[in-house]
Amino acid sequence: MSTNTPVEATVDRRAPLIKRLPVISHFNKSVGLQRGMLVTGLVLTGIFLLTALFAPLIAPYGYSQLSDAAGSFPAQQAPGGKHLLGTTVGGYDVFSRVVWGSQTAVLVIVAAVVLSIFAGVILGLVSGYLGGWLDRVLVVIADAIYAFPSLLVAIVMAIVISGGQSSLFGGVLAAAISITVVFIPQYFRVIRAETIRLKAEPFVESAKVVGASNIRIMSRHIYKNATRTLPLIFTLNASEAILTLAGLGFLGFGIEPSSAAEWGFDLKQALADTTSGIWWTGVFPGLAIVWTVLGLTLVGESINDLNDPRLRGRRKAASGAGGPDSTAAAQAAPQAESRVL
Amino acid sequence: MTINLGPFTDQPKPVGQPVLDIDNLKVTFATDAGDVHAVKDVSLEVRAGEVLAIVGESGSGKTVTAKAILGLLPETATSGGAVLINGNNIISISAAKLRQVRGRDVAMVFQEPSTALNPVFTVGWQIAEGIRAHGGGPGGKRVSAKEAKARAIDALRKVGIPDPEHRVNYYPHQFSGGQKQRVVIAAALALNPGLIVADEPTTALDVTVQAEILELLRDLRDKYGTSIVLITHNMGVVADLADRVVVMYQGDVVEEASAKSLFAEPRQAYTKKLLAAVPHLGRHSASEGMVERAHQGGKVLVEAKGLTIEYPGRLGTPSFRAVDGVSFTVSEGEVFGLVGESGSGKTTIGRAIAGLNRTTGGSLNVLGYEMLHLKEKTFKPLRKEIGFVFQDPAASFNPQLTIGDCVAEPLIIHTNPTPAQARKRVGELLESVQLPASYADRFPHELSGGQRQRASLARALILNPKLLIADEPTSALDVSVQAKVLELFKDIQQEFGFAALFISHDLAVVDMLSHWVGVLYKGKLVEQGIGNHVMGAPQHDYTRRLIASLPVPDPTEQARRREDHRALLGI
Repeated sequence: MSTNTPVEATVDRRAPLIKRLPVISHFNKSVGLQRGMLVTGLVLTGIFLLTALFAPLIAPYGYSQLSDAAGSFPAQQAPGGKHLLGTTVGGYDVFSRVVWGSQTAVLVIVAAVVLSIFAGVILGLVSGYLGGWLDRVLVVIADAIYAFPSLLVAIVMAIVISGGQSSLFGGVLAAAISITVVFIPQYFRVIRAETIRLKAEPFVESAKVVGASNIRIMSRHIYKNATRTLPLIFTLNASEAILTLAGLGFLGFGIEPSSAAEWGFDLKQALADTTSGIWWTGVFPGLAIVWTVLGLTLVGESINDLNDPRLRGRRKAASGAGGPDSTAAAQAAPQAESRVL
Repeated sequence: MTINLGPFTDQPKPVGQPVLDIDNLKVTFATDAGDVHAVKDVSLEVRAGEVLAIVGESGSGKTVTAKAILGLLPETATSGGAVLINGNNIISISAAKLRQVRGRDVAMVFQEPSTALNPVFTVGWQIAEGIRAHGGGPGGKRVSAKEAKARAIDALRKVGIPDPEHRVNYYPHQFSGGQKQRVVIAAALALNPGLIVADEPTTALDVTVQAEILELLRDLRDKYGTSIVLITHNMGVVADLADRVVVMYQGDVVEEASAKSLFAEPRQAYTKKLLAAVPHLGRHSASEGMVERAHQGGKVLVEAKGLTIEYPGRLGTPSFRAVDGVSFTVSEGEVFGLVGESGSGKTTIGRAIAGLNRTTGGSLNVLGYEMLHLKEKTFKPLRKEIGFVFQDPAASFNPQLTIGDCVAEPLIIHTNPTPAQARKRVGELLESVQLPASYADRFPHELSGGQRQRASLARALILNPKLLIADEPTSALDVSVQAKVLELFKDIQQEFGFAALFISHDLAVVDMLSHWVGVLYKGKLVEQGIGNHVMGAPQHDYTRRLIASLPVPDPTEQARRREDHRALLGI
């Protein structure tokens, strides 16, 4: 005697690992407009990443190059000829600096997210699971950081870490750490909320009654279940990291032009050019920022929608469509998704 | 389409002509795993003043059918066929027309009354909302707020809410669960629809409250001629209320018959199987023929003396006493059944024995350990002697771990075995709960509810515990699955010989398994005794009421019991 209720879809586990990776699994279950958004985002982000990877091959000049064999670059030259997107007032090649700038952006994203994700996840798990005074103190600190305008925190951190100006490594790290300070509370909050929800789940209680220790429960039972939303926060935070970096550069706390290319800094330098009709020094770094942030946000938002079964679009069921019209179905509440099966 | 005669007309409608006519209804859902044909081909008819019950297990398509009647299917659904109410085909009419039909011609009563009502509005406002949305008055005039309220009061009176003039201004939280369900029914009745669709209207309620709601629904049919489509999995409820029964299985109608003939002589094999699986109070009692309490020679594993458990109140409110001076013992090898309705404290006691709740007074001795001074460190070695089976098998497994890892967990924590040893032991255990050993590699979501609950039993038993606590282990399962799990539980208990505390709200289930039964009411143990003595000749008033409220799956017997119940309540 065994219960013969059919076993539900086994797709999830039997599929090869590659099909279960975050973005790829999302791509496979998307349809229509949602797939269009995801693909657009992926293409924009892909181009951004490839540019960063192959910057030395793509850029005709270095980011701080002011002259070549034929002599110094002319200042403020219009796009065309030797300089595809023109040159700046200081004589830098705009195209090269935009290309090199993508590398800085990637470095900052990676450094910022890596630094904040570990601290945020661990603090969130411990704080949510143990609760008590530790939880209260951490939440108050996180709220206090939230209360600061994030750019202000970033500026303070930039000054503390590097005195405001520095090399590529120092500049990137300063930007990354200042962004980290703002991001840790975000990861902390998301993980803490999930942990508190999971703590009351019967499977955690059943681990408790068999005598599992707190560390075991946190690492084996809660950690994996609480971190499923991380790819989403990662993509959304990545775009925010770029904006913060650009803001820092724009305010003059970025990276010196001699140590790395940085879009925000270039924008700031272009500010004076606009009144004299020199548009190319500002438009292209600006476009680069919009491009990258748009790409990452599109990916993030699509993942968000695809993760939620109530927002996820599906192909209309093929058979059973014999009915005249399904207005009734179309305007109904999507509430009962889980009860459907 | 002038069926709406306002709420004041009490004449029954002419019997015979169909209020609802479903023809070849098909509903298909688009899901990630492809199309799911939830309803394949359903045709049925509901006549005026008739109660039609649609029964079936989960996945049979009964709820989807109910939702199709009101046009409440989600966007992912595609439907075909026809659902005719007063000449309107619900599947094809426009959204504006559908809104008119809802409430006026057909209304719905939901399963969970506390979520069906909006907590920030008074019940009167919520009942009046429907009346005003339909312009309700003769000639389609707008209804004044005053008149709408008067009608809401009327509707509340109809469903038996005492003092409706006053209580129409109450908020949902000021009503008890059963009264909330009455309010939901009143809202459905506000426009006097000819048809009410009730989706599991009593599943979330206690047995004694369920009896009252069933009584009310029966009244509606008899007094006002309202037709009711009753969706339920509870055969007792069907026997109590339904005139005609449609049995559904995997999206198809298996059998359709009058209630009396269906229970007396089911024709289809599936129906026979389903009816045989329904626990029936007084049959297959575990304590049959017992004269005195069994297993008294052995060691006493759990002893409660005047046990009190309080939950601290919020600032300014006194603490809540969930368990109040309860005394009982569980001896080696004995199955102790704890019955009670929600809020009786039965789960709290189970959790306290497992160290999940703290006790606050009296004494609770578990395997020689006094739980009043519970310290996790000193209690931990004893945990391997206690197994725990949770109510919802789907939620009690970590979805990220395989069944094998989950079942092996207690073993790994307490004995630190090699992976090969653990695997072997898990295989043995799975075999003994009648699951193939290869299931160890599966993930929880790949198992059915019954299979998961077997795995859950395997996990609880892997360390050979002396005591097993089972908290409503079968209430999340379908009847036919429940029957098999209960049988397995009985066999395994005899084979392993552990003592068990079996907690359930279902008297029939408790009676099937337990040697000794305790009845909890509002935190107090009002009665305990040998299972079939308690069920057959209850001593305490509450136990009597509880047993009389339980509908049995047999219309003739249930009609007789209903009379007894009425006599008991003095109606």
